[in-house]
Amino acid sequence: MRELLELLEHDSRRPVSDLAAMLNRSEYEVEKQLKELEKSKIILSYNTLINWEKFGDDTVTAIIEINLTPQREVGFDAIAERIYRFDEVRTVYLMSGSFDLLVIIEGKSLKDVANFVATRLSTIEGVTATRSHFMLKPYKKDGVIIHDEERDRRLVVSP
Amino acid sequence: MKETRTDWKSRLSPGVNAIAPSGIRKFFDIAASMEDVISLGVGEPDFVTPWSIRESCVYGLERGYTSYTANRGMPELREEIAKYYALRYGNTYDAATDILVTVGVSEALDIAMRAVLSPGDEVLIPEPCYVSYQACTTLAGGIPVAVPAKIENEFRITPAELEEHLTDKTRVLLIGYPNNPTGAIMTRKDLLAIADFAEKHDLIVISDEIYGDLTYGGEEHVCFSSLPNMQERTILLNGFSKAYAMTGWRIGYSLANPTITAAMTKIHQYTMLCAPITAQIAALEALRHGEKYMKKMVAEYDRRRRLIYDGFTKMGLECFEPKGAFYIFPNITSTGYNSNDFAEKLLQAEHVALVPGSAFGACGEGHVRCSYATSIDKISEALVRIENFIKNHRK
Ligand SMILES: Cc1ncc(COP(=O)(O)O)c(C=O)c1O
Repeated sequence: MRELLELLEHDSRRPVSDLAAMLNRSEYEVEKQLKELEKSKIILSYNTLINWEKFGDDTVTAIIEINLTPQREVGFDAIAERIYRFDEVRTVYLMSGSFDLLVIIEGKSLKDVANFVATRLSTIEGVTATRSHFMLKPYKKDGVIIHDEERDRRLVVSP
Repeated sequence: MKETRTDWKSRLSPGVNAIAPSGIRKFFDIAASMEDVISLGVGEPDFVTPWSIRESCVYGLERGYTSYTANRGMPELREEIAKYYALRYGNTYDAATDILVTVGVSEALDIAMRAVLSPGDEVLIPEPCYVSYQACTTLAGGIPVAVPAKIENEFRITPAELEEHLTDKTRVLLIGYPNNPTGAIMTRKDLLAIADFAEKHDLIVISDEIYGDLTYGGEEHVCFSSLPNMQERTILLNGFSKAYAMTGWRIGYSLANPTITAAMTKIHQYTMLCAPITAQIAALEALRHGEKYMKKMVAEYDRRRRLIYDGFTKMGLECFEPKGAFYIFPNITSTGYNSNDFAEKLLQAEHVALVPGSAFGACGEGHVRCSYATSIDKISEALVRIENFIKNHRK
């Protein structure tokens, strides 16, 4: 199972026939495992990592540190939910250390994001402070190096 | 201008004239000029050396590690090698007397031969095998004696087959498992039989185990010198080229008894002096912290191995399941071509480069060597092209 997941994490478009061959299992078995993994939400979705900047989009990404006052019974969860339900919010993590939530937001422009933080995030009850950091240049995302200059330098035939 | 008529060839050493240039580079020029060629002809990892290894070398350079080292190699590196063999195989190599760090297994092989061969000594070499074995033997004044391995036996070698080629001149047995080009491995049982044979005939065994870490399918690599009584009569060769994706660093080593190691060191000190210090620093990092990266690469080769084996089997080419290195050696006689023509026509028609089996010894005829040290996408595409070729060009 782990190996199947690792293969998919790297490339989710691999045909089942290839996966089966690589894992030394039947296609039927692999299909069945995939269904199970999807059903149990171990596989959450099959995404494609896209370099939108290269495509021509000028989106702005901001990392927001948020401090919260925890609420009775639900702790941070209820506020986190209020935040992660926004479409603009791409990622939300509960953190240890000097702030509580790390939120990654994508917007069309700097103003767009600043506006969202000011009117939607800081106004949520229990949010005591926010600090925004705008992302300038991505180097590596989800294990993928964005501008990988390493290429195959080997001779075509060697002993 | 004065006309010169010197026959330069006659001025070359007889040893050099006796060896043929490597058959492996035959298609290199054609392949190199093609745009969209997919090469299954490459005998080295497609991975770049893991970053932590590269980084340690850069750090070493920055701190000014640019000198010669001890002839035998940096003591820390030799200690680490000894430790690795003790832990992994239970060997008892002494870092001070039994280990020599060399410029790749290539150098180790050359000086091992030069250290132990007298003119006319015969070396038993199971074939198909790595292209350097015969040449190194000849250049060292020895006589290579080919012992064909059989496909029925998955290209493993048996004492009976060796015995057939034994003479009173036989001094050395040179084995290389996991094998380039076949991907064959030898089990403990197979090797124990070879060990008996070596003992019975008092042979030195040179064991090239450069692909040892690349062993798959639930099999464990068996180190020849870890077999009972074998450490003393074995010259074990290993290196970092394949397992750690470090071919360009040129770093390897030999493990042998103190007498042989001292003899090899003598040649090494006058001809090479020492292996590059930069590569030795990187190798040290590889042994100390590189295993996890190596394991990851091995797992990836294993998946490619199964994919390519599945592919060849499905297109109806007879081939046995390789258990080591990163080669598969399908039989192409059913297509009506010999290895050479198959490789040439395939390259021209479908732009897939591979190496004819005959480049690795006469008994490799009828096979081709495909390296799966290339990405899954390229392997898949190459399999489609080869299948096309077989459909459209069957003789
Ligand atoms: C079986 C075998 N031995 C030795 C070598 C040479 O290795 P090195 O890079 O350590 O000189 C190779 C390289 O292709 C090989 O396949």
